[in-house]
Amino acid sequence: MSLVTAAAMLSGIVLAPLLSGIINRTKALFAGRRGAPFLQPYHDLARLLRKHGVFSGTTTWIFRIAPVSVLACVLAAMVLAAPAGINRTWGFEGDLILFAYLLGLARFLTVSAALDTGSSFEGMGASREVLYSALAEPALLMGLAVLARVSGAMSLAGIYDGLGSTEWTSAGTAIPLVLVSFLIVLLAENSRIPFDDPNTHLELTMVHEVMVLDVSGPDFAAIGYGASLKLWLFGSLAVRLALTPSGLTGWAMLLAFIGGMMVLAVLVGIVESVTARLSLLRAPLLLAGAGALSVLAFVLASRFLG
Amino acid sequence: MSASMDAVLVALILSDLVLLGSGRLSSCIRTVAFQGILVGLLPLAAGDAGPGIIALGAAVIILKGFVFPRLLYRAIRESATSREVQPLVGYAPSLLAGMAILAGAFWLDGRLEMPMQISSGILVPVALSMMFTGLFLVIARRTAINQVIGYLVLENGIYAFSLAAASQIPFLVEIGVLMDMFVAVFVMGIAIYRINLEFDHIDSEQLTRLRG
Repeated sequence: MSLVTAAAMLSGIVLAPLLSGIINRTKALFAGRRGAPFLQPYHDLARLLRKHGVFSGTTTWIFRIAPVSVLACVLAAMVLAAPAGINRTWGFEGDLILFAYLLGLARFLTVSAALDTGSSFEGMGASREVLYSALAEPALLMGLAVLARVSGAMSLAGIYDGLGSTEWTSAGTAIPLVLVSFLIVLLAENSRIPFDDPNTHLELTMVHEVMVLDVSGPDFAAIGYGASLKLWLFGSLAVRLALTPSGLTGWAMLLAFIGGMMVLAVLVGIVESVTARLSLLRAPLLLAGAGALSVLAFVLASRFLG
Repeated sequence: MSASMDAVLVALILSDLVLLGSGRLSSCIRTVAFQGILVGLLPLAAGDAGPGIIALGAAVIILKGFVFPRLLYRAIRESATSREVQPLVGYAPSLLAGMAILAGAFWLDGRLEMPMQISSGILVPVALSMMFTGLFLVIARRTAINQVIGYLVLENGIYAFSLAAASQIPFLVEIGVLMDMFVAVFVMGIAIYRINLEFDHIDSEQLTRLRG
């Protein structure tokens, strides 16, 4: 493993919580406040790690293993995905499916733990989370299928290696469509506005936050850190795709990528500041739209590439 | 095949999807106006534009992009009706149907033998999918205004198809079609107003019971 590959993984693992710091700072600026410091998410994690966990008497072992297992799944996905586009020989055939379903497994564990508590609120949150992810998954997989089709590779590293500025134009507008679809999936999967409001503390309106109401202490740190890693992972899909025409690799790509992630965090903050949350009935429609974009991209890609 | 033409065609598909998914009449009208402008740009994006084509494109843009939406907005205002489209088929199923239509159009295009040279590989399937989407909108929406919108989408598809079918469109024919459409939208606006005056609603479902 070369130095730059390790650096790519480490940068994701270290910098992921910074994204939420940037998003919150952007939102604060839009609201006319100064906002919490950029490093606030790290302080929160450190504070949680110093505490003890409290477990409800109605929960079973599922609830206890879920937070750590979620973190393990997301870290494994990070190891798979972080060096793609930087180290062109990383990964193996079909690792994009493993990537998508490691994240799916993490979601399954979160949902199981929420159901295990027996709380009616958490069950409600779990049902919403599953509804959104059932709609986001086709959009994500179809998008990955388009990228695999256009680049002719079946691994994440191969995809980003196989896409260049010629592929952006030769496949019609398929790749920009996939990019938009990924951005919508990013907002939905990471429970950001317009799908979910990460700041809300009303049980009836929360989606992701309500599922982890009973988690405390170091377990909550694992969940929170896992969530920021997940944001980094979905962001990296979109940012790497947007950077493919530059043709950079190695250290230059890594630097451009980290800069791109910061820009993405600012963009997410702007989206959260200027849009209102969609009603629960309208949000699936936006996700279905993202799926439609991916399908359209697939049809276009198959047509143009013959 | 030019990249600008493909971009316009993909934008046309996207506007179809927006129409299938949006619930407000005013946003539907805005989208169909945008689609009209795109369709007007189509012959210009194709490249070989003579003065006749440019004049035709300008006429299409003015009529479909500005005059028709104005007429439709007036119909909404005067009939003081609901601002929602009142779908018979829900929005998410409509989007799915839109996807199915798109796939069907591409499949159909693969089976068609086109006798002439076409400027873009996706022009014919996009035109077909617009026609079917227009038909779907006419069937699946309840308010009379949305049926006018569906009719406009259908006509946009036919116009795009005619671009593929004849690279040199007889100018008079196209202008004649445009004038017919103008009259049609005008008459439909009046009809909507009359229906509303008579029945307090413009729900075309209930018109099936209108027997003498």
